[in-house]
Amino acid sequence: MKQSRLLTVFLTIYLGAVFVFIFAPIVASVVFSFNSDRFPTIPLGTFTTKWYTAIAANPQIAEAFRTSAVVAASSAVLATFIGFCTAYTDYRFSFRGKGLFLALGLLPPTIPAVIMGLAMLAWFSRLQITGTVTAIVIAHTVLCAPFATAVIRLRLAQMDPNLEPAAWNLGASQWRTMREVILPFTLPSIVSALCLTAAVSFDEFAVAWFVSGLNKTVPVAILEILTGNVDPQINAIGTIVFATTVILVIAAQLLAGLKQRKADTAK
Amino acid sequence: MLLMQLAFFVGPLIFLTIMSFWIVKNYRMEPSFDFANWERMYTRPFFWDALGRTLWMSALATLLTSLLAFPAAFAIAFRLSPRARQVALFLLIIPFFTSYLVRTYAWQVIIADNGVVNGALAAIGFGRYQMLNNVFGSLVGYLTLCLPLAVILQAWSLAAIDRRLIEAAWNLGCSPASTVVSVILPLAKTGIVVAAVFCFILSFGDFVAPYYLGGSKPPTLSILIVDTAKSGQQWPRSAVVALTMIAILMAVSFAGLSLAYGRRK
Repeated sequence: MKQSRLLTVFLTIYLGAVFVFIFAPIVASVVFSFNSDRFPTIPLGTFTTKWYTAIAANPQIAEAFRTSAVVAASSAVLATFIGFCTAYTDYRFSFRGKGLFLALGLLPPTIPAVIMGLAMLAWFSRLQITGTVTAIVIAHTVLCAPFATAVIRLRLAQMDPNLEPAAWNLGASQWRTMREVILPFTLPSIVSALCLTAAVSFDEFAVAWFVSGLNKTVPVAILEILTGNVDPQINAIGTIVFATTVILVIAAQLLAGLKQRKADTAK
Repeated sequence: MLLMQLAFFVGPLIFLTIMSFWIVKNYRMEPSFDFANWERMYTRPFFWDALGRTLWMSALATLLTSLLAFPAAFAIAFRLSPRARQVALFLLIIPFFTSYLVRTYAWQVIIADNGVVNGALAAIGFGRYQMLNNVFGSLVGYLTLCLPLAVILQAWSLAAIDRRLIEAAWNLGCSPASTVVSVILPLAKTGIVVAAVFCFILSFGDFVAPYYLGGSKPPTLSILIVDTAKSGQQWPRSAVVALTMIAILMAVSFAGLSLAYGRRK
């Protein structure tokens, strides 16, 4: 393709501007978290870690982190399990109403969180479980399962469909095939699904806000501080959460990559 | 597995529908079959005002996001080397792992009346602008939410275009502008429309941007839901608002998807 120089330069600068817009709030919250001013402006104040000491001394925040960790871990495991079953069912079987089945499995993220939050709040209060950690776990499992389904289904699509029948022909039972053929093959995607769903759950606030009651997760705690007033503690919390998620994601990538490489050398 | 999804995804939604026909007496909900909530919401002008405002704000956000995302996606798909493209896409995924709330809060501080942007503008001799608590603020929030996703989706669909088609257009003497309009846009239509549909869904249902950056007044539908649901037992009325939103979203999504996967000219 002929390339006009001017256009290329313009597009590159434009792309840079878009990245500045996208990263401005992320960078700003990290920078502000070490900044002494309550209302940061230019020029910036001095370096400080007082916002971090403030949250370390705040038992509510610590509690919120504990709740979030429990919720994220349990809903990640449940959602990944459900996602695996849905993906495998879609891969292996065909039956009437499969379209509907898949729609059910994939739709939840397209319903706005406030609506899901309201619906679940009403439903859970009928079941008498609003405000419990269980309620948040169930809600997040439903919301996260589609992501797990998508990730695992993509991996299954790369599998040779003859592998499974081959294992059966060689006398492996259905369960053994599942254990020794399907699971090892999908393992990288299962790990990614676990991390992804944990990250989604850790970040979800609207539904958690509706159903959580006194058991606040971290984003719900942030939301409540936010409603109050300007408080740079939010930046400190945000920076910690950001660092945690990034480490999780990179760890997952490395793990998956390592497994992949081992598998490749084994071949 | 399916049971779980049925019990806790479909269940709540069906219950929401049923609940919209219940009535609230003495701050307690009572099962009933009554159109009172529907009538009450649909005859109040503030409901229609909020509906109209939500519609045009999310439509504006969708349009802006699509327009702003396109040159960026174009640059990623056609101007970057494959390696740089991977880095760019990876960078675009990072925002999904940062809390939207924290980013909103950061914007609140950045564009505040005494914030960093106004400080910088003042330093080079421009007046202070009010950017928070108005439509501009809301739009910044919506863009924060939608832009990364829109760029990724558009870049994917642009990168999937067969380069030979574009070269053919060049060889046949198309100008850059007409190549974009009559070759690239139709080929990338699916990705662009899907991205727009996602933007619309996201900004239509988002209550954080209009609340914390847009100043919450006058309210959008999502804020209406949060307010009525949080401030008492008026859940049935919130349910009416929620069901109206679902109906609109479904209509928009179906229209969008049939446009995206429909016949090409």
